[in-house]
Amino acid sequence: MKFGIVILPGSNCDHDAMHVTSTLIGAQAEFLWHKDTDLKGADCVIIPGGFAYGDYLRAGALAKFAPIMEPIRRHAAGGGLVLGICNGFQVLTEVGLLPGALMRNQHLRFLGRDVFIRAEQTDTPFTSQLTAGQILRTPIAHGEGNYFAEAAVLDELEHNRQIVFRYCDDEGRLTAEANPNGSSRNIAGVCNRERNVVGMMPHPERCSEALLGNADGLGIFRSIAASLAHSPSL
Amino acid sequence: MKQPDVTPEVVQSHGINESEYKLIEQILGRAPNYLELGIFSVMWSEHCSYKSSRVHLRKFPTSGPRVVQGPGENAGVIDIGDGWVAAFKMESHNHPSFIEPYQGAATGVGGILRDIFTMGARPIASLDSLRFGEIDAPRMRYLVDGVVRGISGYGNCIGIPTVGGETSFHPSFNGNILVNVFALGVARGEKIFKGTASGVGNPVIYVGSKTGRDGIHGATMASAEFDEASEEKRPTVQVGDPFTEKLLLEACLEIMDGDSIVGIQDMGAAGLTSSSFEMAGRAGTGIRMHLDRVPIRESGMTPYEIMLSESQERMLIVAKRGREADVVRIFEKWDLNAAVIGEVTDDGYVRLFWHGEEAGAIPVGPISTEAPVYHRPIKRPEYLDRVAPALERSRVEDQDVTGELLHLIASPNLCSKHWIYEQYDTTVRTNTVAGPEQRDAAIVRVKGTGRALAMTSDVNPVYCYLDPYEGGKQAVAEAARNIAASGARPVAITDCLNFGSPERPEIMWQFAECIRGISDACNELGTPVVSGNVSFYNETEGRPIYPTPTVGMVGILENESAGCGLLFPEPGLDVILFGETSDDLGGSEWQQRVMPDALAAPPRVDLPRSRSLIDLLVALSDNELVRSAHDLSNGGLAVALAECSMSGTGCHVDLAGHADGLDAIAILFSESQGRAIVSCAADHTAEVLRRAKTARVRAQRIGQTETAAFLIERRGVPLVRTTAPELARIWRNSLALLLGGDSAEDVIRGVGEEAADVMAH
Repeated sequence: MKFGIVILPGSNCDHDAMHVTSTLIGAQAEFLWHKDTDLKGADCVIIPGGFAYGDYLRAGALAKFAPIMEPIRRHAAGGGLVLGICNGFQVLTEVGLLPGALMRNQHLRFLGRDVFIRAEQTDTPFTSQLTAGQILRTPIAHGEGNYFAEAAVLDELEHNRQIVFRYCDDEGRLTAEANPNGSSRNIAGVCNRERNVVGMMPHPERCSEALLGNADGLGIFRSIAASLAHSPSL
Repeated sequence: MKQPDVTPEVVQSHGINESEYKLIEQILGRAPNYLELGIFSVMWSEHCSYKSSRVHLRKFPTSGPRVVQGPGENAGVIDIGDGWVAAFKMESHNHPSFIEPYQGAATGVGGILRDIFTMGARPIASLDSLRFGEIDAPRMRYLVDGVVRGISGYGNCIGIPTVGGETSFHPSFNGNILVNVFALGVARGEKIFKGTASGVGNPVIYVGSKTGRDGIHGATMASAEFDEASEEKRPTVQVGDPFTEKLLLEACLEIMDGDSIVGIQDMGAAGLTSSSFEMAGRAGTGIRMHLDRVPIRESGMTPYEIMLSESQERMLIVAKRGREADVVRIFEKWDLNAAVIGEVTDDGYVRLFWHGEEAGAIPVGPISTEAPVYHRPIKRPEYLDRVAPALERSRVEDQDVTGELLHLIASPNLCSKHWIYEQYDTTVRTNTVAGPEQRDAAIVRVKGTGRALAMTSDVNPVYCYLDPYEGGKQAVAEAARNIAASGARPVAITDCLNFGSPERPEIMWQFAECIRGISDACNELGTPVVSGNVSFYNETEGRPIYPTPTVGMVGILENESAGCGLLFPEPGLDVILFGETSDDLGGSEWQQRVMPDALAAPPRVDLPRSRSLIDLLVALSDNELVRSAHDLSNGGLAVALAECSMSGTGCHVDLAGHADGLDAIAILFSESQGRAIVSCAADHTAEVLRRAKTARVRAQRIGQTETAAFLIERRGVPLVRTTAPELARIWRNSLALLLGGDSAEDVIRGVGEEAADVMAH
């Protein structure tokens, strides 16, 4: 079981992803440089948060041209796991591995605070250790997290059960007040149709240990580890 | 190449006076050319030379068992145990932020972060100390918004969490806001780098962004007062690129992890000039630089412009001879410029060449050792004669004064600052144990050590105006109380001394007195000064700011999971008040709101008692005897109890037996120093009281925490009667509503909250 953590120029949650996978989960993990063209045997690729290429032009827009994206596309096409967190989610939508786009927050300001999200799907490799409807308190920290897709695409996401996390209140209700950035249908994270690629705006790696006051996010990394342990072919 | 002539007008426009010009001629043995004049003018600017402050700064205590590096380097360094060190410093970016708030504040963040990683330390946290004028003053909403967006834009992108700070509003800052940024980094002790250019023949390498025309004479701008023409100085504000700085940070740390360089220095104020002269100065060497080899981003730049540019995100490196390729390889890996532009020499001169021709030569030693040092005249300001020893007002018999408390917690100084800090990334790097408004100090763990660091920034400009000596003491004492209340042991401070023009004797008196106060407090509390910054000329059209010596303090939490928050965690705990209350309403938030024109002495700080309270708080935390701890400061006892109740768990206290002679207003809102509130399980109360007695800290159980009620009584007569959720509603909503144009009354009544909700996000 090995995690590969992508370093794009401007990634700033790369060390955090390394900490949670290697120190907290105890898995093997290695950094993948954006100019690299192979994944060094990683079973799960994490594209971490940050401001890849300064988010210039548009968040994630330039990252899709990074050499590392080609092996990541092949990895995903072969069923390999890919997790994009925050800026990593933005990158995955730009690369085309996930549907939709992340627009400026509705109130046009960067927002960093704890929010609640509800696990909508537990039959993905990223959420298998969560219970259906489980409420997680997770930090968000983004200026462009307003998830958007055409109504038809959203309907298809619902139909295919690709909406993995939604913003909710502390009791799991999907209210407008609980939606921090104006995302369509309170969407906080989605997966691809094959369920091996997930993108999410909240930061589970920042809430995975009691010392930091919150370990709600650890279940996501435990899920990945369990999935990889049960799938030696990956 | 042909340079412009140096005429008396040119000299004057460089801010060089007649005696300084004579000194330049003496040092050079001839008249300076235009390039050399420009270099002298920035090196001898107040901002770079500390010519007015130097004689006073020498009074600071700067050594101690944990001090690894005191003032004089890019940042101070302390030993945090097991071979780890922390480097930290605070700097001002006041003038640029007033002219262009977004870029001014953003480059303030960028500059202080470079000071940290140029030492070889990886930045892990920053704090911002912001002083604004009245919200309704001209441009003030624009300045608040721009500064916050600037800090957010830069700090979030580079990925250093903004974990705390302070924001306050006062009319003395209507024409000069203050933006003070603190940053801290950690490193292994043996990896600390200094900015020296040693080793004759070693290559001098320029790395980072290309040089443009931005920020030329920024340091000189920061060394003059504002007038109506200041708006025209907008082009002297630098433009920041946090993305490039992130790459520069990673590249610098990567190169410092190897052994190919001997010295590195960031190009901050006065850019290539200060970095080259300071590096050669520290090593006692010289430097030869070919300015035509400096990467530039605009064509036609002159040597003068290249030497004086303050373009951001640049560093100067001295590498080992023969290792140039290693340096270039790492910077190219990060897609950054790296160019060998010169070498270290032994003739004691910085010599500047332009296409092979010497364009300027200045001896390194004299430009700093013979720099002007001014013993500016000092005179006690006359307004101090009008400061009454105590606030004169009519006594208020015990009665319900809930409205007074509600107005205070709705005021811009005391309300929640979440509208500001939620625009910052406070949790990136996964070290934030306690971020803003969770404990009295921010707590950031140091991975792999089991320890955490506590940090806070404090000062009360009103106290410093009313009594600069006591104000200076108070800033240090409050910082130490905040560190201790969070569970950590105070270790050292950095400072950022913001004052008006040093050419006024009254300002220099304030400056000298604040320094005396800070020094006395640092000596008593065992927290030496390891780094700092002076910002003079904070005045507009003759109106100086209130003296604001911001103190940034760092403490060590030996056990990263020790300490507790400031909020009451649950109902049914005992509430204990430490310290004594006197009639200290001079300079208080209550006085400023109700009697804004009054001049009365601020609270005095009893340093030995402060020390006892600090030791007690740390011991209680170490022994896990308390569940919450909060320092009493602005707003006094009632505001502190309200702050402890903002999670919705309230309290019911009766103050009988505590300073019974005081009237209702003084007992609730006096800002007497050396006080704190803790909550603890009832079966720990006796032990807490016993330890307080041993420590000679007055302690009294005043009540217990409640599910939601908030009730302050004296002998059964209610002085404040409300609920914790009601307090929290007002406190949380206020700042966004006030910025949106609502009045405090609107906030308290709950009018207009729908409209402001968007801003509150």
